[in-house]
Amino acid sequence: MSATIKAYYNDDDILMNAVKKIRSEKYHIEEVYTPFPVHGLDKAMGLKDTRLAITAFMYGCLGLTVAVVMMNFIMIQDWPQDIGGKPSFSYLENMPAFVPIMFELTVFFAAHLMVITFYLRSRMWPFKEAENPDVRTTDDSFVIELHGTDDNEALTNLLLDTGATEVHVPKK
Amino acid sequence: MYTVSNRLKITSYILMAVGVLFLAIGFMAAPSTVEEAKEMVAAHHDAHSDGHETAAAHADEAHGEAHGAAHDEHVFHQLQNRPWSALYVAAFFFFMISLGVLAFYAIQRAAQAGWSPLLFRVMEGITAYLVPGGIIVFVLLMCSVFHMNHMFTWMDADVVAEDYLLQGKKGYLNPTFFLIRAAFFLGGWIFYRQYSRKLSLAQDNADDNRNFVKNFRWSAGFLVFYLVTESMMSWDWIMSLDPHWFSTLFGWYVFASMFVSGITVIALITIYLKSKGLLPEVNNSHIHDLAKFMFGISIFWTYLWFSQFMLIWYANIPEEVTYFVTRIEDYKLPFFGMLALNFIFPLLVLMNSDFKRVNWFVVMAGIIILFGHYMDVFNMVMPATVGDQWYIGFPEIGGILFFAGLFVLVVFTTLSKEALTPKRNPFIEESKHFHY
Repeated sequence: MSATIKAYYNDDDILMNAVKKIRSEKYHIEEVYTPFPVHGLDKAMGLKDTRLAITAFMYGCLGLTVAVVMMNFIMIQDWPQDIGGKPSFSYLENMPAFVPIMFELTVFFAAHLMVITFYLRSRMWPFKEAENPDVRTTDDSFVIELHGTDDNEALTNLLLDTGATEVHVPKK
Repeated sequence: MYTVSNRLKITSYILMAVGVLFLAIGFMAAPSTVEEAKEMVAAHHDAHSDGHETAAAHADEAHGEAHGAAHDEHVFHQLQNRPWSALYVAAFFFFMISLGVLAFYAIQRAAQAGWSPLLFRVMEGITAYLVPGGIIVFVLLMCSVFHMNHMFTWMDADVVAEDYLLQGKKGYLNPTFFLIRAAFFLGGWIFYRQYSRKLSLAQDNADDNRNFVKNFRWSAGFLVFYLVTESMMSWDWIMSLDPHWFSTLFGWYVFASMFVSGITVIALITIYLKSKGLLPEVNNSHIHDLAKFMFGISIFWTYLWFSQFMLIWYANIPEEVTYFVTRIEDYKLPFFGMLALNFIFPLLVLMNSDFKRVNWFVVMAGIIILFGHYMDVFNMVMPATVGDQWYIGFPEIGGILFFAGLFVLVVFTTLSKEALTPKRNPFIEESKHFHY
């Protein structure tokens, strides 16, 4: 195995076509860095569908459970009160009053935990060093990272053919 | 071009014929004298050996010793109302579908949405039902005004004479003004529908975008008109069935119901036409978007339903809370059942993104949602007009069958009149390439 090859592009349409071409030639794309989200790039790269939505559902269920248990403890078990002629003897009979809390905590848990999960899955946390290979990818450049092969010459020519402005091949 | 298949035509005629038959049975079975009504209620009680405790329940409402006779007369009117209410619920339900689609269509036009122009002809086909459906609802309202039934108690001068609250509302709730308003609402909606359709068809053969721009302006204007009139329509046609009761967000609540039913029908008809090999450019992203709306507006409906319910439940003011007390006591199954059908079912079934692109999933969820919202209208109307004398029988099913047949016939005939894809809409290319 040899080190990573970097190809630079300056336009998102050219990048999209290049990604498709490179994949059709059976080269493996490690990662693509772009200054802004490029619509359809995930599909062109053949990335698997995100499972973030499933985690969001589970976090929502967790939030709902926390709300139910919490309100049951606070309002029914620990300190029952008679509010507006509705004595707190039974969770079910007082349930409509707790629905806003159940809703809010469901949303709260789903939203916050999903964001945190997204950051961790993207390997981002406080004081993390940026991973992008070139600061120009935060401005106007698009970079495709590929695994080098035995024949880097052919790969370089292919990349230049697809419209790459620069190709960086590491010295062996 | 789409042509209505003979099978579909015959099906809709059969639906209408069976519907008329069932409705006729319903009207024949309604009692014509107080004595008959008493017998029917007695027979009904014998049939259920456990027996309702109606005597106890009604003792609370006793007004002096004339209660017995007054109660019998009340039940008699409720039983007489039943076929009328069944007819009214079904007529309003199918009318509200086309009105909901009209609002959705106007929003697409006013927002200049890029994804939906491929579906414009489908929406225009559904809104074609606005004309016959609106006229039928108007005729039914006229029947009430002319005392052919007792659905709207405030229309009875004797009732108003003894009712302080209704006297206070007389300036708004009187039969003449009621009919003028109904004609004004229907006139406005039907005018926009016909004019927008005309502009939409003219755009196909034009060589500039003048018709399109005009349609955009009329649609924006219509939405303003619609927001006000739809709300007032719901007070007039539904909320005034319980003339003492009021809810400030009732208009929104009815709107959510018609909006989700309308979008569901757009999805169902689009999928049907696609299954016939038509609308080849409609892809699963369009279906996905419609299903997202079905999901989202179902949640929105629940939000409004609950907002209305919780405030009234918590405040527990007698004149407000009677609305839900009657529903929970006499309508337990339809009341909570429709909540499950309209909220929990779409929430769980349509939550997954992939399921929203599976046609049979959308169709199944759509049928449940439509049934749920029929029950929703049923719950809005029936408790006020027939009280605890409700039943899903001949007139109710007959009403649904008749109007379903008429709806299918009108909608598909209109669809067959023009090409299903608009040719010169400026956004048609974007719509064809719409991709999730």
